[in-house]
Amino acid sequence: MVRPEVVLSFLRFQDFGLMLVMGGAVLVVLVAYKLVPRIMARPVLDDHFHAHPSVWNRDTAAGAAIFGIGWGLCGVCPGPAIAGLGTGNWDLLWALAGISLGALVQGLRAR
Amino acid sequence: MNQTLSLFPLGWQHYLLGGLLIGCGTALLFIVTGRIGGMSTVFSSTWSYLVQRPFFQQARFVDSRSWRLVYAAGLILGAFIWWMGFAGGAAQATKVPVWQLVVGGFFVGYGARLGNGCTSGHGICGLGSLQLPSLMAVLTFMATAFLTAHIAARVLALAPPTHWAKIWPPSRRGRCSDLACPFRPWCAPKWF
Repeated sequence: MVRPEVVLSFLRFQDFGLMLVMGGAVLVVLVAYKLVPRIMARPVLDDHFHAHPSVWNRDTAAGAAIFGIGWGLCGVCPGPAIAGLGTGNWDLLWALAGISLGALVQGLRAR
Repeated sequence: MNQTLSLFPLGWQHYLLGGLLIGCGTALLFIVTGRIGGMSTVFSSTWSYLVQRPFFQQARFVDSRSWRLVYAAGLILGAFIWWMGFAGGAAQATKVPVWQLVVGGFFVGYGARLGNGCTSGHGICGLGSLQLPSLMAVLTFMATAFLTAHIAARVLALAPPTHWAKIWPPSRRGRCSDLACPFRPWCAPKWF
């Protein structure tokens, strides 16, 4: 995924590998989020397990739709944009700049 | 077999292994710190160092900005180890044009922060904790991403941006001599 072409070929239905990435990751995380709080009283370095509930409202819907448009155009999402720096893919700095700018503008427009 | 070949022309093992490893990393973060490891918040929380506006100074950004930066550094380190150890250290590159990376990136950043999550936040963590709003978000961005990627592939293949300079400003003489250009009606407009 540090090469946007891989993401774009998934979005154009040419290579479904990203389904396996997402599926594999969700599977492990699903098991971990369910089991770990039952096995351990608290995480190793903190006194409680955090939760991050998501809400479905206009912002989430609009944000997700806008995110998808950008993702479909450049093939870069936040995680791989950061990880790509570790692989010498300096072109991704452009995407990283775009993402940072987008996040800044969103914050400045928010009340 | 043919089905497998056409669905995964580059093989499937490395995709599955990569996904499982991403899951393990997110799970490890949860086990050690109890935190939910979505990636996109770091792009807002890091601005809190520089921008004093109340939005960026919210506790959820200020309190988490340091571990999120460390988490991002870990992501870079992990990719670096893969690069050196398994990819031969050949610099990865992309042929996606710069304007697409910047403009697409802008929408990605704006959308992910407005919608409070990206492919890792809503996708991996949200689906991993069985949250319906996250599933809705994932379905929404998948739909718009599929659409955009297909439309962009069509339009950009027919009319690469090098053509765009030829259609603007419109000229009486009709500067575009490319008969196959889909923008030709605007290049050499009949109404001039």
